[in-house]
Amino acid sequence: MNACKAAFVYSDDFLAYSFHENHPFNQKRILLTKKLLENHHALTIDQVITPPVAEEEDILSIHSPEYIHAVKHASKLEPVANQEIYGIGTTDTPMFQNMYDAARRIVGGSIEAANLVLTNQVDHALNLAGGLHHGFPTHASGFCILNDIAITIQYIRQHYHLKVLYIDIDAHHGDGVQHCFYDDPNVCTVSFHETGRYLYPGTGKISERGIKKGFGYSFNFPLDAFTEDDSYLHTFNESIDKIASYFQPDIIVSQHGTDTHYLDPLTHMHTTMKIYETIPKKIHQLAQQYCGGKWVALGGGGYDIWRVVPRAWAQLWNIMQTNTSFSGAISSDWIEEWQKESPVTLPTTWHDSLENYKAIPRRKEISEFNRQVLEQVLKFVENAKN
Amino acid sequence: MFVKEIMKKKVISLKKHNTIADALSLLHKHHIRHIPIVDDDQHLIGIVSDRDIRDASPSILDSEINQALLDHTIDQIMSSPVVTTHPDELFEEVANIFYEKEFACVPVVHQKKLIGMVTEKDLLYAFIQLTGTQGPSTRLEIRVPDRVGILSDVSTFFSKRNIKIVSVYTYPTPQQSGFKILVFRIQTMNPMNVIHDIKQSKEFEVVTPMREDNE
Repeated sequence: MNACKAAFVYSDDFLAYSFHENHPFNQKRILLTKKLLENHHALTIDQVITPPVAEEEDILSIHSPEYIHAVKHASKLEPVANQEIYGIGTTDTPMFQNMYDAARRIVGGSIEAANLVLTNQVDHALNLAGGLHHGFPTHASGFCILNDIAITIQYIRQHYHLKVLYIDIDAHHGDGVQHCFYDDPNVCTVSFHETGRYLYPGTGKISERGIKKGFGYSFNFPLDAFTEDDSYLHTFNESIDKIASYFQPDIIVSQHGTDTHYLDPLTHMHTTMKIYETIPKKIHQLAQQYCGGKWVALGGGGYDIWRVVPRAWAQLWNIMQTNTSFSGAISSDWIEEWQKESPVTLPTTWHDSLENYKAIPRRKEISEFNRQVLEQVLKFVENAKN
Repeated sequence: MFVKEIMKKKVISLKKHNTIADALSLLHKHHIRHIPIVDDDQHLIGIVSDRDIRDASPSILDSEINQALLDHTIDQIMSSPVVTTHPDELFEEVANIFYEKEFACVPVVHQKKLIGMVTEKDLLYAFIQLTGTQGPSTRLEIRVPDRVGILSDVSTFFSKRNIKIVSVYTYPTPQQSGFKILVFRIQTMNPMNVIHDIKQSKEFEVVTPMREDNE
């Protein structure tokens, strides 16, 4: 089998990134994933790497000093002047004690993942705490304080000058990352997301293609609500090969939000576990084909932390190291350990039982909508080739 | 929002003795579709659209192009008098002019002098700003009875959850008289709690993405 050397970046301190008990963004999902992998003997101690916290210098390569100053104040629960312009103290990103350190540790995890790959210690590295794609240089947004992805890509650009292909499969548009590299032809951002007609943040339209030298290096696939697996995977597979061939990346950074699943409470994409196996396999293949294997995978959204996220992220890790996915029954030890804490019945198999899955009557129309999105976005790649 | 806030202040104009050739070159150089004609005191005396100019130009399909046509002066083809607007006019009034008169540009005149131009594009941008799509936000449509106090009742749901409203607008529901749709863009990625609150109230209906065929 194509076994790859892979690193799982993890620290118990990642769980300190916690706004409050009832906030939908809950990093317990990383622990649940790690335990699930351990129960299935798919994660060994030597694969787990504890990262350092990020240097402030690296954080300042993306974020403004004024904003960092405000986050540090909020970290001590001190009042922040103009907190609204910094997006802090809002319902999405309320203040919490030591929030700067918690966010910084996650950034450290993503940079460490990149370092492990770039120094050839491993082929691929995963930081499930990372993937906070809504963070902006001057303000917090959508549960994200620091944008670990943008900081990591900037780190790769500054220290290794590699061309970075960024792939974002979160149900929400990867607006913060796109914003940071909108004029940069060496960073190609590709986001697949639910249309912003209803969903946050509202951006990620087909026409957002980059500016100045970066024109033609931002791709957005705003898919219809209730897209489901087949249309989603058709769009993904048809486009990502062409974009990779057009861009010729040196390294792939991917964001693996798992909130497109039909059980996710915040979105309406209505996919199943199938896409969380198919997509990592495709990215894995692209990393081998174009980048000598160099691939940094990060977490992201995912708000059904019991039934969806652990399975989806465990599959991601398994594919990174063995290029195979789990099937059959979930470890009964894992279920036993966590069922008492879970407000919902934990899944017993790796694949969805589809008990509560209701097929979408408008499927044909939605697929047609998405096909048009695909054609529109790819026009650019096809024109560029000719 | 006033006309002076959405108009273009840098105006490209011609004098009446300029030629059709001058007008054509301005259209190409500046990617504009309307040229106001002014006298030496910046008083507006006429306007030409790209269509007026093209109508007066030789066809590119003609084998022999009559260059003399292009030497006619612009005052021979300009429209006059011109419908104008005032800088302190409301921007939605310009929308009415465009809709009723079926044109796409109106000069802005202040103390008899031409000081700006408003085009369809400027107006559309104003409307885009009204819909609030420029900042990260979730869009929520709520069907409400058309009665006194409805907006303040609905906005309370957001303030109670500490959620900022980025923009709000309303449109009538043609199918249901006595009801209106309120469209909010709210600054949160997690609208679930506030949607729950609104649904609990039973009085208002949240319009969600369509799942069924005839929902």
